[in-house]
Amino acid sequence: MSNLTKDDLIDFLYEEVRMLDESRFDEWLKLWCKDGIYWMPLDYRQEDPIHETSLMYEDQFMLRLRVDRLNGARTFSQKPKSRCHHVIQRPFVDEMDHEAGRYVTKTQMHYVETRMDEQFMLACTAQHHLVLEDGALRIERKRVDLLNCDAPFGNIQLLP
Amino acid sequence: MTRYTSRSAVEGLVTPYQVHRDVYIDPEVFRLEMDHLFANTWVWVGHDSQVPNKGDYYTTQIGDQPVIMVRHSDGEVKVLYNRCPHKGTKIAIDRQGNTGKFFRCPYHAWSFKTDGCLLAIPLKKGYNGTGLDQTESAKGMKAVGAVHTYRGFVFARLAEEGISFEEYFGDSLSSFDNMVDRSPAGRLKVAGQPLRYMHRCNWKMLVENQTDTCHPMVAHESSAGTAVQIWEEMDMPEGTPKPPAMQIIAPFMSPYEFFEEMGIRTWPNGHGHTGVHHSIHSDYSEIPGYFEQMTEAYGEERAKEILGENRHNTVYFPNIMIKGPIQQLRNFIPLGPDKTLVESWIFRLVDAPDELVARTAMYNRMINAPTSIVGHDDLEMYERAQEGLAADGLEWVNIQRLFEEGENFEEEAVENGTTERQMRNQFHAWVKFMTASMPEALEAAE
Ligand code: FES
Ligand SMILES: [Fe+2]
Repeated sequence: MSNLTKDDLIDFLYEEVRMLDESRFDEWLKLWCKDGIYWMPLDYRQEDPIHETSLMYEDQFMLRLRVDRLNGARTFSQKPKSRCHHVIQRPFVDEMDHEAGRYVTKTQMHYVETRMDEQFMLACTAQHHLVLEDGALRIERKRVDLLNCDAPFGNIQLLP
Repeated sequence: MTRYTSRSAVEGLVTPYQVHRDVYIDPEVFRLEMDHLFANTWVWVGHDSQVPNKGDYYTTQIGDQPVIMVRHSDGEVKVLYNRCPHKGTKIAIDRQGNTGKFFRCPYHAWSFKTDGCLLAIPLKKGYNGTGLDQTESAKGMKAVGAVHTYRGFVFARLAEEGISFEEYFGDSLSSFDNMVDRSPAGRLKVAGQPLRYMHRCNWKMLVENQTDTCHPMVAHESSAGTAVQIWEEMDMPEGTPKPPAMQIIAPFMSPYEFFEEMGIRTWPNGHGHTGVHHSIHSDYSEIPGYFEQMTEAYGEERAKEILGENRHNTVYFPNIMIKGPIQQLRNFIPLGPDKTLVESWIFRLVDAPDELVARTAMYNRMINAPTSIVGHDDLEMYERAQEGLAADGLEWVNIQRLFEEGENFEEEAVENGTTERQMRNQFHAWVKFMTASMPEALEAAE
């Protein structure tokens, strides 16, 4: 039985995007459950992440690869590096199950990414499934829907 | 802007082992490609499973020409220009839908059967005695020059006259055969929406890259090399199943010898493929029950033959690539000399286990998405090349690796997998279909 408050959940979500904006990716990876999945659908209201294409559907190995690659000596598309910036609305806390230590939140955000002279913005909705593991919140699942998921994009190199 | 409006000027852009940078950057050359190359060749339009029912349509483009692929009331798939014969309004703008028995233009309500024929015009008496029936407009929506569906894949030639489908593709169709034969039912079905990835580079750079076997271990070291490194650091006990990324991404790190030995085959008219003997798709894990289904459908010997073929990328000139072993098709849609939209489609093998389309979807997102760490480095290379070509110091691009004097592209050939022969083959076909409908010399055009 946890005594987490709504504010604890919201603080966690703010801290998560702050880590991304400050390029603290290794710390960010530690926020995840061992079998946590980051899903970014390709289709509007997509239901099946497995048998249709998604933009991302990544396990912890893929996320670590993504993060480690950013610092590689021969990561050409990150020379020079990209930077990102999240502006998030106060998250909705949709489910709080203190008994099971499970929580569901929804966060509206504007995500901005830049590299060299280019900058683009994505309007996103992030749904988090959070769980309590040894007293700490962890991300079990993060689903990020892009408002214009069906539009053609150039490189999206960092993480909304 | 008439530098290249003659056969000899266009021919001068391509030598046996070099191409002039204008083929990638010059707006006039791009215009000529749209008018000639994309009119004279057979260009992929879509898959018939996108329009299963009568009246189903899908909108796309052939070169820069807006078209509608539609299932007509007789069951045939038609390809029509997406333009009202009255004042030009696009008839459909959503990517797909069902129009029922006819199209109705939203501007003045002229209506057309799904083969394009004019059906009705409101207040038609206003045209009595005007001679409307003598005009092109009265015929309805115009159909493209020719349409051919091969095992579900719909191709069109814009030009009324020209090379036949069979002659154009010839034996290269064996790659489509292998992809479709991998379904126990001999049928594919589009799975979900395509990835759409915008590239600020010329479309031909993407097509060339499909058989560029000397770039993966270099450009993709950051993803494939890092994957291998992480896996080794994890130091898992022998026999631990590898994560999917290891199966899909790590083979990009294969050494030069692997790519040399895999072989490249070229066919006439610009088609060709990598992975004659083996490929990066050879070592995918088996899916339980699939081989049994294949054996039941084809017999064991034939099933083994189908699954033993592991072609890597097959380029169908001018602008698609398919991967037979994983049922993927990539369409390189030219939007401008320095702008290309890449759509990556995947297909389900009808009657095969779900795990196969799951792996296909995984491949698509891991390698070809705008969010893919592999795709990022490819796009970086193309865009740098597009910008670099502006440099006036050098005018020619080199495609000479394993070049031999007197290469004959009218014959099928199998060579060392690192040859750039397929790129030379493409440019040979490029000249052929660019100039097929061009006057001999500039004077003749005037
Ligand atoms: S433009 Fe289509 S009916 Fe007038
Ligand atoms: Fe590549």
